[in-house]
Amino acid sequence: MAEPQTLARKLIAAACGRDAVAEGEIVTCAVDLAMFHDSSGPRRLQPMLQELGATLWDPSKVVLVIDHYVPESDDESRRIVRIARDWAAGQRLPNVYDSVGICHVVVPQHGHIRPGMFCVGGDSHSPTGGAFGAYMFGIGSTEMLGVAVTGRIWVKVPQTLMMRWNGRLAEGVTAKDMMLHMIGRYGMNGGRYQAVEFCGEAVRALSMQERMTLSNMSAELGSQVGLIAPDETTAAYLRDAGVDAELDLARWRSDPGAQAEWHDFDAAALAPQVAAPHSPANARDVGDYGGVPVQVAYIGACTGAKLEDLRAAASVLRGRRLAAGMRLMVAPASRQDQQQAEREGVMQALGEAGAEVLPTTCGACAGYGGSIPDGASVISTTARNFKGRMGSETAQVYLASPYTVAASAVAGRIADPREFLA
Amino acid sequence: MSDLSTRHRVWRVGADIDTDALAPGAYMKFGIDEIARHCLQRVRPEFAAQARPGDVLVAGPNFGIGSSREQAAAALVRLGIAAVVAPSFNGLYFRNAFNVGLLLLTCAQAETLAEGERIALDPAAGRIGRAQGEPSELHCEPVPAFLLEMVQAGGLLNLLKQRKPR
Repeated sequence: MAEPQTLARKLIAAACGRDAVAEGEIVTCAVDLAMFHDSSGPRRLQPMLQELGATLWDPSKVVLVIDHYVPESDDESRRIVRIARDWAAGQRLPNVYDSVGICHVVVPQHGHIRPGMFCVGGDSHSPTGGAFGAYMFGIGSTEMLGVAVTGRIWVKVPQTLMMRWNGRLAEGVTAKDMMLHMIGRYGMNGGRYQAVEFCGEAVRALSMQERMTLSNMSAELGSQVGLIAPDETTAAYLRDAGVDAELDLARWRSDPGAQAEWHDFDAAALAPQVAAPHSPANARDVGDYGGVPVQVAYIGACTGAKLEDLRAAASVLRGRRLAAGMRLMVAPASRQDQQQAEREGVMQALGEAGAEVLPTTCGACAGYGGSIPDGASVISTTARNFKGRMGSETAQVYLASPYTVAASAVAGRIADPREFLA
Repeated sequence: MSDLSTRHRVWRVGADIDTDALAPGAYMKFGIDEIARHCLQRVRPEFAAQARPGDVLVAGPNFGIGSSREQAAAALVRLGIAAVVAPSFNGLYFRNAFNVGLLLLTCAQAETLAEGERIALDPAAGRIGRAQGEPSELHCEPVPAFLLEMVQAGGLLNLLKQRKPR
């Protein structure tokens, strides 16, 4: 009988055309999907392709999302976005999403990432795709050049770190809190560039967008991928996204007894988490902060402004107002999410509470364009709070879930959302 | 590759150096020359102006955490940094560094090296020699031949150009 395999090993074996692979082997895999964005994509790839006199291996396997430098605010960003648009037209790329949201959210919404696929993205939060049972990881532009020309990339078969969340999360506690807790416990390199797989009752109970938050922040855990075995929740999401292909849900899961390093967590005991400046690894229970005052709240990014995140914020903010002097910025992660939130009255609830709505782009999370104010204490749903990350060297950024950010915006200090949901 | 003269001057930085410190977001819209001028300004404001070709950056654990932006490695190449020595690196940064021609040495004892001291690098053998100080030699993980080849070529793009049939 064959040795039991983890999901990570099964995905890699399939991509390199083998029945099985062993931990530590270096293998070359065929890429099913390469995701580019305007910052690391055409602007960097086009000159290198030209220098090599090479062409794209398969435009049908490329998805381009223009999300970092839009809306264009100056000559440099106009130039970068123009390169992306011209190149997409010249290459006749069939899949281009221009100014409709952030790549990690838009690409799954259009059904591009499915169980069993092997994918790369030109962005560090590319492990988001792992929520669909696909092996997806981030790479830099030069490595993407290799993929763009050959359709192949090498990987070292990783060890699997199995994160098993037993029990159920309490109301007002989310995937973001689970991730901050794990990063706080293991540190930003705790994943050691291995494969992390999330499992257990609490993970199975999560919606697809919440699962995406887990996989997304695998980047902050320092793992290569953050996988979740696909199930009926995955299948339902993909059907809604227009995928009619047959999904092999039974195949894409870790075999019982497969070799892995197990870590167990009690979901029911988890309190909302907040990470203090300037690292996601500074995560502690919200109650440990003793009401630190904040002046700015930011609900944005692939990590923290999807439909579910907007709903969470609205459930706290509905019928309430921001604290005096508080500024709340909301940059929905995609236009589709924003439109659905409008239909549900979620955007209206945010607006009535006093939120400003920003474009559906990476915005201040990447610190490329718009910035949070200098000197402010900020609480944010984003993934990173490195000093200067959000555009201001003097801002103090705390990371938390959309519930906690919304509660803090009402209180004017770091606040426990459970007090607002009772 | 063997490079046993102790000609590399050490710059020391701490743990968890992130890609926003190496390539700040506000300068990401510019070319590598401009990004390099602001490399590590938050941590060592004098670094970009005073680093000399051949200098080595010695850091604490988890060097390169954060973004996939390879400018965070390319900026150090632009400044002529010969290598980064640290106890551990972010995995994505590790791939990017070699792809743009930056040598990384994983060395558990990296932090015993002092600011300004002179060292020699032997990445193939996994050794760092010291002009003075004890121990006189540190061990690091040997760098595989295919990655050293990438560094010597000046990165993957140059390597592909060299290999391209004429």
